Amino acid sequence: MSCDWSAKLDRYVDSELPAGELTEFQEHLLGCPKCAAGVLSRLQLKHVTRSAGQRFRPTPELRQKIEQSIGARSGPSRNGPSWLRRWVPTLAMAAVLALMLASTAIWLRYARGEQAVGELADLHVATLASANPVDVVSTDRHTVKPWFQGKLPFTFNLPELQNSAFKLIGGSVAYFHQSPGAHLLFELRKHRISVFIFRNGGEAGWPNPGSAPSRDLTFSSESWTEGGLRYFVIGDCNRADLHSLTELLKSAARS
Amino acid sequence: MFTSLYNLAHWLTRNPQEADDLLQETYLKALKGFESFQQGTNFRSWMYRILRNTFLTSRTGLNSKMTEPFDLEDGSTTPAEADTPETLLLARADQQLVQDALERLPVPFREIILLCDIEEMSYQEIAEALGVPIGTVMSRLSRARKAMRELIAVKVRGTAK
Repeated sequence: MSCDWSAKLDRYVDSELPAGELTEFQEHLLGCPKCAAGVLSRLQLKHVTRSAGQRFRPTPELRQKIEQSIGARSGPSRNGPSWLRRWVPTLAMAAVLALMLASTAIWLRYARGEQAVGELADLHVATLASANPVDVVSTDRHTVKPWFQGKLPFTFNLPELQNSAFKLIGGSVAYFHQSPGAHLLFELRKHRISVFIFRNGGEAGWPNPGSAPSRDLTFSSESWTEGGLRYFVIGDCNRADLHSLTELLKSAARS
Repeated sequence: MFTSLYNLAHWLTRNPQEADDLLQETYLKALKGFESFQQGTNFRSWMYRILRNTFLTSRTGLNSKMTEPFDLEDGSTTPAEADTPETLLLARADQQLVQDALERLPVPFREIILLCDIEEMSYQEIAEALGVPIGTVMSRLSRARKAMRELIAVKVRGTAK
């Protein structure tokens, strides 16, 4: 016997399940051992395939050979002016190198973003494990926000949470790549959600804006930039709930 | 991307010399047809599409089309039955065993697993790279993984005897 969800297990492990179905499916998983085993075996397969599949690496000689052959093959046009004929191979090679550099730069930026997610996730987990997760304990935003005065080189707005399911627990100063920032802790039912706010700028990596976290990570997260500040929200609640908090924070930042 | 494309080329051709040639030809074609690349579309998918098309018209690619069922039926999704014994078997699968299983898969199954699990492309990106509808990506991926799990299970059971 297979349930209605069994055809969607691959989509779930590939993070391709629509947000609307995600919560429903996660709830279903708790009560369906067959689907839970299916998800587990798929995650195992993804994991072993990923490590086994990254197997072959090109030699530096091949890279050099390709660069040279591109320059030679795309050679001078017989109809163009002599200066153009002379420069075509160089321009062609420069174009390909630019392509390679661009793709490398994009990849590096992405990789730094992924690394930053990991570091901030560590901060979040370390906070949850701490006996004193916050330095200022208050559900009142008018107490928490002023506490950061003199501790941070910027200020930020906190949302009004009275009509929402979220509750502010408190905050502390966090450091990320040698920069001080605010670490705020919220609660949604039993889920703890961290909000990190840092000043924009600098060369340090930061989670890719709007990007989903690594697929292996079971945390939900969102990152964005607003008013010269970088925001990163992470928690183990579902993505829709996390997004609701994100919207509240964005709305507060604009007010 | 250079390393990543090479890895894919090697997995497709299963031969270092052919992988070198395939990658070289891919870059030459990319340069030649760069005007056809539409800004705003996915560059990685575009490059992979060139690599794949080049492979399919190569001698090895044509051979693989003749010896393997390349146009696999994509009509129905047949989700694999996953049970606890299978997860135990997968847990015992070592790297060599997984690589062997991947090599034994038909090209369409091998490439879709590589794109999804190693390159971590989204279904949309894979659809663009393979030039197939997203529904085909989902059903093919499901069957490719089922085939892979079965190959691994057979191997693990075989070595356990």
